[in-house]
Amino acid sequence: MAEQPYGLIARFESPGALYRAAERVRDAGYNRWDCMSPMPIHGLDNAMGVKRSIVPRFSLAGGITGFCTGMSMIWYMNAFDYKLTVGGKPLFSPLFAFPVSYELTILFTAIATICGMFFLNGLTKLYHPVLKYENIRRATDDGFFIVIEAGDPRYRAAETRAFLVEAGGLDVTELEA
Amino acid sequence: MSDHGEQAFAGPAILQEVNPAVLPRPALVANNRDFAWITNKICGIVEGGTPAWWWWCFGVACFIASFTVAGIIYVVSTGVGVWGHRTPINWSWPIVDFVFWIGIGHAGTLISAILCLLRQKWRTSINRSAEAMTIFAVVCAGIFPVFHVGRVWYAWFLFPIPTYNGIWPQFRSPLEWDVFAVSTYGMVSVMFWYVGMIPDLATLRDRFGAAGRVIRARIYGFFAMGWRGSARAWSNYEMAYLILAGIATPLVLSVHTIVSFDFAVSLIPGWHTTIFPPYFVAGAIFSGFGMVLTLMLPLRALYKLEDLITQYHIDCICKITLATGTMVGYAYAMEFFIAWYGANPYEGFTFINRAFGPYAWAYWIMITCNVITPQLFWFKAVRRNTTFVWVLSIFVNVGMWFERFVIICTSLARDFLPSSWGYLSPTVVDIFTFFGTFGVFSVLFLLFIRFLPLMAMAEIKAVTPQADPHSGGSHSHG
Repeated sequence: MAEQPYGLIARFESPGALYRAAERVRDAGYNRWDCMSPMPIHGLDNAMGVKRSIVPRFSLAGGITGFCTGMSMIWYMNAFDYKLTVGGKPLFSPLFAFPVSYELTILFTAIATICGMFFLNGLTKLYHPVLKYENIRRATDDGFFIVIEAGDPRYRAAETRAFLVEAGGLDVTELEA
Repeated sequence: MSDHGEQAFAGPAILQEVNPAVLPRPALVANNRDFAWITNKICGIVEGGTPAWWWWCFGVACFIASFTVAGIIYVVSTGVGVWGHRTPINWSWPIVDFVFWIGIGHAGTLISAILCLLRQKWRTSINRSAEAMTIFAVVCAGIFPVFHVGRVWYAWFLFPIPTYNGIWPQFRSPLEWDVFAVSTYGMVSVMFWYVGMIPDLATLRDRFGAAGRVIRARIYGFFAMGWRGSARAWSNYEMAYLILAGIATPLVLSVHTIVSFDFAVSLIPGWHTTIFPPYFVAGAIFSGFGMVLTLMLPLRALYKLEDLITQYHIDCICKITLATGTMVGYAYAMEFFIAWYGANPYEGFTFINRAFGPYAWAYWIMITCNVITPQLFWFKAVRRNTTFVWVLSIFVNVGMWFERFVIICTSLARDFLPSSWGYLSPTVVDIFTFFGTFGVFSVLFLLFIRFLPLMAMAEIKAVTPQADPHSGGSHSHG
């Protein structure tokens, strides 16, 4: 074999078939593998043994940053850098600074959430080996796929192929690296 | 794990005795369409040729939009004196128009965020276009305060940008809060919209790729960012989407709250009330749902989307319109009550003056369109007649514009001293600039339905019965 393939891909008929096969792949002990589906399938991450997403950590960090940015910006601008006296009101109060800080909390949370999601998903990477596979187009239409990577320690070309067929996989194909 | 059917019957024994009735849920996608049908239907709109009606609408929309462009050029080159506002009514049409448009945007965020948190699955077929409506409404809204500052080339003073004169914005003013609220709202709406669209852009990328249309496949592929429908990606994506929905909910409530602070923090009778934030939010959602109906019903008919926007969807939208319209009616009544109960003569006079003074015509248009006509949505026969529903939705739009007009103009026209009373007459520039924004909005919306997937395909597929991995075999999963 000149080159190690990327892995094996199998298609499944329905979300239910994909779900049951995913449970079997998980139980067989693979860990470098993935499912592909045109829509999120309820409970599939459990069936795959994927842990709860850590996107909320990014959101929390973003939210705290946004709130502190708002408060400190307003204090700096209106009470420190250029003391602006208006209507005998205090130079700084968290009360009048709150609405703007609140909006910035939301803005920064949104940005952090989206950037965190992109980062965790490795998006903006416009190329991926599975995209070479002609049939993968159906993964954004009505196809359900499981990919097991050749880099998985349990991967054996023939056995893994037989395993996918036995789990209900159709058109099991080897992917080029 | 494998047999959910038996687990469901293992509940308390009493359940078997009372034999709870099975209430069938209305199907969200009619005629039991499969996944490929949904993809073909929605992508077909983008992939097919441009229909003749689209060009006609686009031409008319561009013509109408030119009114706004001409109005703005005239105002900038001449000065804000060409608008009708004069002392004492220094906030008039532009601010009415601003609040009107920003309110319309709110239904989009409500549908995409609040209904997502409430697990209202019917939102899936209308959320994409409602979010688009939000963004375009914010664009139209933004025009007015920016040019209302008078010297528009100084509008950037509103943002905290370091300048040579060393003065920063004044953060004790609700107008400054509004700058942050509206710009955050615009940005978060765009981000939410875009993130929701990534899986569908990937679908378009793959379909254009398969059809050999390379340039469009590249463009959609660029914005799809390499999305492949990976389950690990879906897991992060769904979490991110949920968080965005979770923060867009307080955002949408805060934006119109802060818009209402522009009024409520002042001392003008009729503005200086604590009911304004909830009242404005209810009104915003009401007007936005009116606009959703105005847009969705023609779209549904033109693109034959009856299987995706079913009668159930229309019923739901009508019922929310009814509920929020009734809340607005309650707020009108409560304002009157508090004006009397508060025993402030200026406040009391303002409300009597609204209903029976020189602006009584506007007040009664507002009451008719916002409180009385939406009550027809109680009747199923009305909700089933789409033409009638569409006409009622236009009434909602008209009524909500007049609500802002009544609030802003009547209070300013007759406040404390009779010697400084006035009456507002808009100029033709006022009227045409506002009229033109409907063209701006339509141009943007037409471009959206031509080039972007107008329904969230992935989300619609996810709420079909066949997307449930346990749908085959056991019937009582849950």
